[in-house]
Amino acid sequence: MLKAPTPEVDVGTALPLLDIRNLTVEFATRRGTVQAVKKVNITLAKGETLGIVGESGSGKSVTSYAVMRILDRAGSIAEGSVLFSGLDLRAAPESEMRDLRGREMSMIFQSPRLALNPIRKIGHQIEDVLLQHAQVGNESVADKAIEVLEQVRIARPKERYHAYPFELSGGMCQRVVIALALACRPQLLIADEPTTGLDVTTQKAVMDLVVELTRERGMSTILITHDLGLAAAYCDKVVVMEKGLVVETSPSETIFKAPAHAYTRKLMRATPRPGITLRDLLPEDEAARARPLANKPVLADEAPLLVVENLVKEYPRKGVSTSIKKMFGTTPVPENEVFRAVDGISFTIGRGESVGLVGESGCGKSTTSMMLMRLIDKTSGTIAFGGEDIGAIPARNFATLPQRKKIQMVFQDPTDSLNPRFTAARAIADPLLRLSDISRGALRAKCEELATQVGLPLQFLDRFPHQLSGGQKARVGIARAIALKPDLIILDEPTAALDVSVQAVVLNLLQDLKDELGMSYLFVSHDLNVVRLLCDRVIVMNTGRIVEQGPTQRVMEAPEAAYTRDLLAAIPHPPV
Amino acid sequence: MTETVTIAPVAAPKHSSNSVLSHALYIMKDNPVTGLAFGLFALIALLALFGPYIVPYDPLASNTAQALKAPSMAHWFGTDQLGRDIFSRVIVATRLDFIIAIASVILVFIMGGFAGIAAGFFGGWTDRIVSRIADTIMAFPLFVLAMGIVAALGNTVTNIVIATAIVNFPLYVRVARAEANVRREAGFVQAARLSGNGDYRILLAHILPNIMPIMMVQISLTMGYAILNAAGLSFIGLGVKPPTPEWGIMVAEGAANIISGEWWIALFPGAALMIAVFTFNLLGDGLRDLVDPQRRT
Repeated sequence: MLKAPTPEVDVGTALPLLDIRNLTVEFATRRGTVQAVKKVNITLAKGETLGIVGESGSGKSVTSYAVMRILDRAGSIAEGSVLFSGLDLRAAPESEMRDLRGREMSMIFQSPRLALNPIRKIGHQIEDVLLQHAQVGNESVADKAIEVLEQVRIARPKERYHAYPFELSGGMCQRVVIALALACRPQLLIADEPTTGLDVTTQKAVMDLVVELTRERGMSTILITHDLGLAAAYCDKVVVMEKGLVVETSPSETIFKAPAHAYTRKLMRATPRPGITLRDLLPEDEAARARPLANKPVLADEAPLLVVENLVKEYPRKGVSTSIKKMFGTTPVPENEVFRAVDGISFTIGRGESVGLVGESGCGKSTTSMMLMRLIDKTSGTIAFGGEDIGAIPARNFATLPQRKKIQMVFQDPTDSLNPRFTAARAIADPLLRLSDISRGALRAKCEELATQVGLPLQFLDRFPHQLSGGQKARVGIARAIALKPDLIILDEPTAALDVSVQAVVLNLLQDLKDELGMSYLFVSHDLNVVRLLCDRVIVMNTGRIVEQGPTQRVMEAPEAAYTRDLLAAIPHPPV
Repeated sequence: MTETVTIAPVAAPKHSSNSVLSHALYIMKDNPVTGLAFGLFALIALLALFGPYIVPYDPLASNTAQALKAPSMAHWFGTDQLGRDIFSRVIVATRLDFIIAIASVILVFIMGGFAGIAAGFFGGWTDRIVSRIADTIMAFPLFVLAMGIVAALGNTVTNIVIATAIVNFPLYVRVARAEANVRREAGFVQAARLSGNGDYRILLAHILPNIMPIMMVQISLTMGYAILNAAGLSFIGLGVKPPTPEWGIMVAEGAANIISGEWWIALFPGAALMIAVFTFNLLGDGLRDLVDPQRRT
């Protein structure tokens, strides 16, 4: 992996570029004042790359917002000082801060699409920054903007200058955001989860670009991330934060070889990596208590639960025009008017087997899972479930059929998949009310049983989703999915929105439930490290086709397809 | 991951009327204007309920000896051309105006709300038909349309309610359609499908409760507009018939007397009208805060 050579950085004697001392940030809330950041000390030398690692709510973003002085209205710096090349940012007037932001220090935000103005050409957005800080005159500003786009390796910058954000992919948008941040050659770059939501290969490209650009300009970088592997691969020094406190500050080599703080060790344990089992993700004491993983081989002679053959899903490229052409046109509509999201895939899932479906965004894995789930109709092919071709039943009729009970799903975003107006108990009860003949009286007891099964404390049953944490919401989603004792559960990136420590617990829970209830899983994910832990077999998809499938061990260790090798190579590994 | 500062709830919330009440109190403390609106609303509701029993004079009894008297201790708001007590008439009129407004809002909420949700959820032809009906109504000047409907159907309270509901129809359709549309693909709707909910159940049990907060604001805003509309129709002689006490008629009756110096005949019913509309507009924001689960912590 790319390791910073750390040349002539003398942390000890030289004045640090950024010196955060005793920083405390408070938020005024309905329940009184909450300290989001408590007495944090961080120093950043010139040319250094610093990683701030922590889970959600650890205060890592708030710290950087405080440095930039862009805290929202309820937040304020209560104590401490922030020195930027000796200048006290806490005392600086707003006009001076405005001048500094963008010119001396700039920020890359998490979601590139939200960070760009959707109705303004990207070239103009870059010009805005350049003109704001009077970097160039009006006449040469367009050339300068194109030059900036070129520097972030955007192909055909002259054309892309006129592009709107929606015309670009997520990775391209993030490059534009980086171009915006670096346009005025600032001294400090803060990257707040710059690659969350991007594919692993895109993540690698974006991070390599950031590191290369900042190094050649001698800039200092703060990388805020929840991903220890990412921080390890790209940073010189790592700061670990927990609940507003800095628990550990070390060079990145030492922090991974000898983590000093218990929380760092817990985080490291919970990060999925090669060569471990699911139980290794849990903290030591819990791992010891968990029962050993059942090693039940899938019976080969038994008929598979799900057989998918030549499954195809096509979407019209131009919705209305095609149908109008069909109606009024004299020539037949050419075939390339349709887009094949899923292009003739075939695979099987055995009873009690867990199969991983892996691929990057746009590869057709979500479309596939939606078709198997009978939420959308296929174009052609068969989906045989327990011997019956359920693919032939129209999706809109499927919801109320008895077969619905047998296939359930756990959604990617636990927040989005729970009705905000339903309590946890009501959400779990919903499938029972609709598809089983359970009596009203027995309902509550059943909900409590399910909640116990997924490890949700019973007092949470009467809460609304916004009163639950991410992990608790995930448990509610899982309880709802297993309520009808389905044969197949499709897990659509069930842990993508969760912190690593929560992910560790949820993955173990899923494994235990599978052993207990004998369900089959189709685990849809982009994270190969997670798939490796949970799945017996892996299917790798790219552009609507299956490029490789086989036992997890074999695919991970000796991938046959070039695409699988690229995917595996892009995962950032902590130096172990 | 968005870095939000979440405060872990200390204990499970108590689900009693007490917590609803304390939440309402919190919202009023947060925004005193909302408190004012709730207070005025309570006053209007009380007057609508008990007005006829508490007024000092019979609102219909004329007394020509006392005609056109300026406000005094005996007649707080003065008297009109026939010597009727304006204070009593303003109070008694509250009930009628209130009933017209509520009835028309309930009617339009059922018609427009459901048509809009269905249009947003199903799309396709449902959407095209509902949206074009709404567009057609929007194409008319709304008050002129209401006048036309009342003139065609006849001059009764029922027809005023229907006319007011029809002119408000597009507003409800558009809000409900937009809100249902964004939730159509939401995860919880997909999850509801997996749980075995049919389309109509998803519409009513899952989507409708989620768009209620925004619909409450709409209801409150159109309540004010409905009162104004009913009074407007009466003002031009197309609404409630005299001598029934009604704010619009009273303003119309007093309008001629303003130049001759008897300002009180038109002023007080007009002020009542203004306060009522003002109250419902302010109430909208407060109601949204009250019913929105995101704000209930």
